[in-house]
Amino acid sequence: MSLDIESRSSTLSDDGMPVEELVVNVGPSHPSTHGVGRVVVHLDGDVVVKADPVIGYLHRGIEKMSENRTYLQIVPLTDRLDYVGSMYANWAYCRAVERLARMRVPERAEYLRVIVCELQRIASHMMGIGASAADTGAFTAFVYAFDLRERVVELFEALCGARLTYNYVRPGGLSSDAPDGWEESVVDFVHALPRKLDELDSLFFGNAIARGRMKGIGVLSAQDAIAWGATGPTARASGVNWDLRKHDPYSVYPRMDFDVVVGERGDAYDRNRCRLLECYESARIVEQAVAQMHGGPVHAEGVPRLIQPAPGDAYDQIESARGTLGVYLVSDGSPRPYRMHVRSAAFANLALLPMLAKGHTLSDLVVVLGSLDPVFGEIDR
Amino acid sequence: MSALLTGAAWGLAAASLIAVAALIGVWWERKVAGRIQMRFGPQEAGPAGLLQTLSDTLKLMLKEDITPTAADVPVFRAMPFLVFVPVASALVVIPYASGWAPFNIATGAVFFLAVPGLSVLGILLAGWASQNTYASIGGVRAAAQMISYELPRTLSVLSLCLLAGSLSTGTIRAEWRWWWVPLTAVGFLVYFISSIAEVNRGPFDLAEAESELVAGYFTDYSGIRWAIFMMAEYGGVVAASLFGAATFLGGGLGLSGVPGALLFVALTALIATAMIWAKWTFPRMRADQLMTFAWKVLTPMALVQLLAVGIALAARVVLS
Repeated sequence: MSLDIESRSSTLSDDGMPVEELVVNVGPSHPSTHGVGRVVVHLDGDVVVKADPVIGYLHRGIEKMSENRTYLQIVPLTDRLDYVGSMYANWAYCRAVERLARMRVPERAEYLRVIVCELQRIASHMMGIGASAADTGAFTAFVYAFDLRERVVELFEALCGARLTYNYVRPGGLSSDAPDGWEESVVDFVHALPRKLDELDSLFFGNAIARGRMKGIGVLSAQDAIAWGATGPTARASGVNWDLRKHDPYSVYPRMDFDVVVGERGDAYDRNRCRLLECYESARIVEQAVAQMHGGPVHAEGVPRLIQPAPGDAYDQIESARGTLGVYLVSDGSPRPYRMHVRSAAFANLALLPMLAKGHTLSDLVVVLGSLDPVFGEIDR
Repeated sequence: MSALLTGAAWGLAAASLIAVAALIGVWWERKVAGRIQMRFGPQEAGPAGLLQTLSDTLKLMLKEDITPTAADVPVFRAMPFLVFVPVASALVVIPYASGWAPFNIATGAVFFLAVPGLSVLGILLAGWASQNTYASIGGVRAAAQMISYELPRTLSVLSLCLLAGSLSTGTIRAEWRWWWVPLTAVGFLVYFISSIAEVNRGPFDLAEAESELVAGYFTDYSGIRWAIFMMAEYGGVVAASLFGAATFLGGGLGLSGVPGALLFVALTALIATAMIWAKWTFPRMRADQLMTFAWKVLTPMALVQLLAVGIALAARVVLS
């Protein structure tokens, strides 16, 4: 199969020699593509003329599959959207179902949802920073970040038995309450976290070579961020103060005291640093949520096994680690959704790549790609 | 005829030394990297995982030696040796004892700096013959990098030649005095950094930058040919560390006999460990940053060092 994006332009040099662009295929199986992404890069010497992301290698048709499943059966499918942050997709989907079927969620479940999603943010950002570090060759920083991610994954394993696809948030509540002693281990973790983050900060962000590799690379202006629909740390690093937890509050976030991390320059360094600083805020939120949480049921009473919402539609969105994650559901009154659509932040953020990578070198391209933190499960769906 | 035989014997000895050094070096690097990354490193094969490299080497030997159909076959097959042989040959001019090197030629320092430089050709052609975009880019990057870093490296060694009044490596070690160490500290730093770049190791490993170029110039190599590239890299580390310890640090800091020999080995290991440490701590530089660093930082530093040595020698003549 030949795609027209692979066709190269040919010109003549001053002395009449034909000069061709060098086409480098980065992916779909390549160390820096964060899964199965593919970027066709046109190089003039070492400078990127054009970088075209080619997506679809991980398309499983989750939205279409959802039309043939009951509302409860879709939850495990949403795990497979953003496999670095499954809790978000679980929660966004369940919020849409709850809105559609007019369910009320017990307070303890809301608190636990906030706790797991903020822990998930730490885990996901550690993946993003770690991958960016590996892209710049800082393999030790990658290991340090993954060590922190591993702690969160262990907490999730204790909570719901799974390390990657949690299937924990359910329409009307949660699959189960936290086991005994879990809240204490969460508090222990978030207390130890800031010191560990400081360590990673000085190891990676404090390093002169890492700064040189990321500062001024892939600069995204605030106007472009808004125009291209960028959200999450990608937009906030450019100075766009937009966080759904603050500006379209949901769940129990209004009761939490935290700051939105906003960057200044919008380069790869700011994007990754925003992720790191957000982890400190997440730790603060988790600490407050555990302190405020009381006992009680974690699942709403009287939610039927076969949810049959009245005909209509519903959209709900949450702030995932990558930005605005929205789920749109249409019901025709049957036990299966008529249509399900996911508004994926990673998809919108990846669309920035051609613009941001242009004019930089091939080495910078992987840094820009890493700083957008793409997860192809959510992009291809 | 006898000279040829001696040469062949020393060549074989150098190759064996590299093979043994690579076996231990890979194990040591994995152990050090493990500690840096809060891991243990290899620990299953043999005591403390010492046999892990042996097992990996055997695995590589038994693996299929793949030649891509599009490759320039004879060049592709020959290039690992063209990279390895010049690196190994550097070992025969290193002064292992005071005033003595296996090939104690009058221009030993020139030989040490020039002959391993030939491996640039092997790397460039390996990338080119693979007929692979990643490999070609890696080969070109390596060529630009290694040629640029040859200059500060040569200048830094030149300070020693000036002090010893000789280009012979054996004489440099024999003439070594303790006050060379503070006087040539900057030169040693330049030598250390440019040696890392010369052997294409992190943070200057952009010829094989795995996040961009998969594996750079040896992307298409497998099995034993890949292992020879790796051996050449370790050979380069060993040669650079041995030479640094033997000349800049006067072998065992001028000590003779068994303590001197032990100190020589320890200092060599220390330099090699520092190289490993740098690789596993620093991110990778970008090609243009690398060039800027070589031409605008290291080369002026080496020139200032040369000037300082010159002034010191002139002052000595004037004062005495």
